[in-house]
Order: sequence, then C-alpha cells, then structure tokens
Amino acid sequence: MTLTARLLAALSLCLLTLSPLTHAANQTLTGAAPNFTLPTFGKKQLSLNDFKGEVVMVNFWASWCGPCREEMPLIEDLHKKYSKLGFTVLGVNVDANPKDAAKMLKEIPVSFPIGFDTKNKVSELYKVDSMPSTVMVDRKGNMRFLHRGYKPGYEADYEKQIRALIREP
Amino acid sequence: MAVTDLRRWLILLCTLLFALQARAAVLPPDRADIMYHKYDGGGMTIDGPSLLVRKSVSDNVSLSANYYVDQVTSASIDVITSGASPYTEERTEYSLSGDYLLNKTIISLGMTTSSENDYDANTWFFGISQDFFGDLSTLALSYSYGADDVGMSTDETFDEEIRRQNYQISWTQVVTKNLIMNLNYNIITDEGFLNNPYRSVRYRTETGYNFEAELYPETHTSHSVAVRARYYLPIRAAFLFEYRRFNDTWEINGYNLEFGYIQTFLEHWTAEARIRYYKQSDAEFYSDLFNRAEEFTYRARDKELSEFTDTTFGVGISYEFKPQWAGHWIEKASANLMLDFINFDYNNFRDLRVDNRPVGEEPLYSFDATVTRLFFSVWF
Amino acid sequence: MKTTATPRHSARWRALALLILTALLASGCSSIKPWVKPYERTNLADPIMSFSRDPVAQVYMHHVYQAREGARGSEGGGGGGCGCN
Repeated sequence: MTLTARLLAALSLCLLTLSPLTHAANQTLTGAAPNFTLPTFGKKQLSLNDFKGEVVMVNFWASWCGPCREEMPLIEDLHKKYSKLGFTVLGVNVDANPKDAAKMLKEIPVSFPIGFDTKNKVSELYKVDSMPSTVMVDRKGNMRFLHRGYKPGYEADYEKQIRALIREP
Repeated sequence: MAVTDLRRWLILLCTLLFALQARAAVLPPDRADIMYHKYDGGGMTIDGPSLLVRKSVSDNVSLSANYYVDQVTSASIDVITSGASPYTEERTEYSLSGDYLLNKTIISLGMTTSSENDYDANTWFFGISQDFFGDLSTLALSYSYGADDVGMSTDETFDEEIRRQNYQISWTQVVTKNLIMNLNYNIITDEGFLNNPYRSVRYRTETGYNFEAELYPETHTSHSVAVRARYYLPIRAAFLFEYRRFNDTWEINGYNLEFGYIQTFLEHWTAEARIRYYKQSDAEFYSDLFNRAEEFTYRARDKELSEFTDTTFGVGISYEFKPQWAGHWIEKASANLMLDFINFDYNNFRDLRVDNRPVGEEPLYSFDATVTRLFFSVWF
Repeated sequence: MKTTATPRHSARWRALALLILTALLASGCSSIKPWVKPYERTNLADPIMSFSRDPVAQVYMHHVYQAREGARGSEGGGGGGCGCN
C-alpha cells in the first residue's frame, strides 16, 4: 500500500471515528448526590446534607487552575443574588495544601462556604474528570446538572439552571 | 513535488479532523516581557533588547508580538585572522503570531522577519496542538517555511537565496503526578546559498598557507530528536533533563545533554542551576587546512562545522511579586537574572593568531563566553 | 569528496503517518482513563514544571547555541500545565 493510500485510509478512519463528544461540557445527571463532610477554615465541619431543602451548586476548584480563578467572582455574584431564595454555593477546594487556597481567597474573597478536600476523597466520590467541575443539586438532594470546565458564558447557563431548580418544591 | 504536497495536506487535514472530536484546553496566559541580552566571548560582543507582548483578544484568540535586536561588535578570530577589521552591525527581528483555541486544539500561525545590512530572512509557520487522554498527552505538529535573501555589503550585485522548510512533531506526556516528559522530532531542510560569502578556507602553499572562498553544498537536511523531562520534588523544586541527538546530510553528528535544578524558596524567590554538555563531529567537507586550492568540490573552515565540544554552566535567580500600585491590572510580576558561562573547545580548528608555529600545527582554538539575560515579566 | 545531499523523506513520512494514525485511534478510545486525575495536577501546574516558563529567555538561549553549533532543531517543548477545561 503506497503512503498516499495509507493516508487516505487514515483520513477515512478519522471520519468514521468522528463520534459525538466523549465528554460533553454540559450534561444532565440523575441519582442522589453522595453526602460528604469536609473541614473548613473555622472549627465547624461542612456536610452536603446540612443544606438539604436548598439548591446547592457544588463547585470543585483549585488555586492553580486558571479557569477556576476566572469563574470565582461570577459564582460569588450568583451566590449573593440567590442565597435568600434557598440557594447556596458550596466550594470544594482540591488543593493539596489549603494555604494555596487561602492565598487565592485573599485576592478573590467569597461569602459561600468552602470545604477542603486535600485527600481528594470527595473528588473521587463525584468522579470529577475536569477542572473546574460544577454539580447542581436540587432541594431533594438529587444531582441534576454537571458542568465541565469553565468558559466565558457558562455563568448564564448556571443562572438559568439555578432559577429553574429554585422554582421546584 | 505534487505528490509530496498532497501527502502533507492530507496529514494536516487528518490532524484537523481528529481535533474536532475533543474538549477544551487553555490559551497561554497574557504577559509582557522585556529583556536585555548580552553575549560576550571570543572577541565578539552582541547585545540588545527583546520585547514580547502576549494578549488574548477574545475568548479563543491570543496574539503575541516580539521585537528583537542584536547589536554586534565583532573582533572574532574569523575577523582577525582573515585580515579584516573589526566591525559593528545591527540585526532587527519582528515576530507576530496568533493562537486560536478550538475545544482541545490550538491552531497557531505566525511570521518572523529579520533584517541586517546584508541579510534578510522571513519565516512563516503553522502549528496545531491537541490535548487528549484526559489532558495527559499533547501532540503538536508544526511546519514552517523560510525565505532568506543573502547579500554582501562589499558587493552590491551579490544576491542569493535560501529556502528553508521545517517539520516538527512533539509529544508531551504527563507520566505521574510529578513527572512530565516531552519527545520532539524535527526535520529541517534548506537549499540555496548556504555558506557565508565573507568566510574563507585555507590551503597549503609552498611558503605557508593561503585563503580561498568557502563553498558548501546547495542542500542541507538535518534530523534531530530530543527528550526532555521535569520531575517535581515536594520541596517546591524540580529536576530538569534534556538529551538531544542531531545528524545531517553534511555528516555532522552531535548531541547535547543537560541537567538542571530549580528551587523556589521564601515564597517569592526562585533559583536555578544548569549544566549542559554539547559534542559534535565535523562536517564531511570541513578541514582546518586543505592541501591545495580547490582540493575538493566543497570546502569549509567554519568552526561551527568543526569537531568540538562546549560546556555550559548556568545560574539564574528570579523574584516574583504582586505590585500593589497596579491594582487589578497586573496579576503578578517578576525580575530575573540569568548568567551562563560557556567554554568552547575545538578539536580541529586552529588559532591562526599564533604565528610562531609550523603551518598546520598552530594551537587548537578554545574560548569562553558569558551570556547575560536580565528581564522583567508582567502577567495581566 | 562531493557531498550528495538526498533527503530520505519516505521512511520518515511513513513513521509520521503511523504515529498520527495511532493518535487518531487512541483519541477515539475513551476506555483509557487518565491515571493522573484533573484534581491531582497541583505539582504539574506549578510554573517551575512548565517547559516554556520564560519564553523570551529560552528562545534567546536557543539562538545563542544555534548560531555557534552545527546542531539545530527540537529546541522547544510544550503541553502540560493545569490541564483545565
């Protein structure tokens, strides 16, 4: 088989394997959100179950992640806007050293609770496969939406989903 | 050439297609760098500025521009022994490039133009880079085309060309949480007037030796393969490793081996140290002393094509800070100084400034050079 | 001692094509799970682990060597980083 023929075969293979995106940026989920307990800055521990009855936006972030830094102020805006309507953001920081997270929070202060998943147990539990990752949990404690990564414009999707979930009983 | 062109287009098209299957990567961060560079060694001093600005102009596009100047003052061994007088010269280079992010693919386009009083060079490049395996692997392919105009300051009618093509494939792999490696294969092929119009070779005469113009083949193809690694140590330090092998159609075989260590300390400071060893064999048509004029079709006495080794010891220090007065405009800034000390040791290039030796038995040449890089970077 | 420089591209192109083909097949292969998870990339995201930490300084050093050594090529490295998005 000549080289050109081989390349044409490769090209056809390209087209054949052009499958739908293996990982969609925006996905619906089903099932109960696994509970977890994490340490925080203060003495109190943080559990997902503490927020049952509220819409929770679980946001996995790290200080070394560029897109996480980009979306943090926007997430803070969402938290401030909808927290009185039964919504909260729950930040899960995956830094190996919480000091790095603290440094970033000094530059980008937030008012929502943050748990430190230094051993990455919660990340494993939620099968986190991109940074950042956002999981929307409804009032009944079920996972509803997953967002992989952050690109400008995602915050509009977040807001749409939050408003829809808040309206649910 | 038609079939080869088709092959190349197919490869590029293939790469573009599989690019559409994936998710997202990130563009390089916005930054500006201003550097003062200086090379001082072997009777030559070359210094000047280098400026770089990189800015994202939209969510998917990042542009960068570079301005670079070499101010040359040369009284090198080539100049002295050929009887020429020391000269000064200036070379200016401009580069512009753009990166376009499409899911997990980055497409890059760019061009560089460089000019001095007797040489103009233009290069255009295209690159495509793809992340996959959960972002643990990056495959990058690039192609560049260069067109040079070679002139002579002493002869206005002299006008030659060089055409250069460069194919590169690079694979970067995250091996463990602490180890990242890169494998790079590069083919460069040029054709045209490849020698230096001012340089000469020497040949034996009855009374000693004489000079005649050098003459190189009209084509040159080279292959290089390199492996690099960075290994992280939990004390905020890293080991660096590089090994590159080179060979070409002029029968030069070379390799370099580099080890380095970087350490961050006291939160703001980073120090690094490197050691690099390079060794090459000479070109097939190289000789320090030919037996007679036009002994062979091709002849060179450029020490760059001789058999030699060079050893570099480099140190660097950086201070990173966040300028409070800049507010939100500047994310962080750094001040850096790097010094490299290189020793060149030639095995078959002789120092003709020494005139009390029989022809062909002059001492072998060696010299030291110091390279200084002083630069400031800002990220915004 | 005339040098005939005849580039032998075909073997190299074959190798290149095979590599790309492998990459194509591999990218369609979602069964290979990343062994370093996206949240485990703290160390890899450290600037000192970047192959192109100070591009201006690095490019200049390559130029210093290229102008004085016979070897050229394979001078850069990319990829790695935070692996985000």
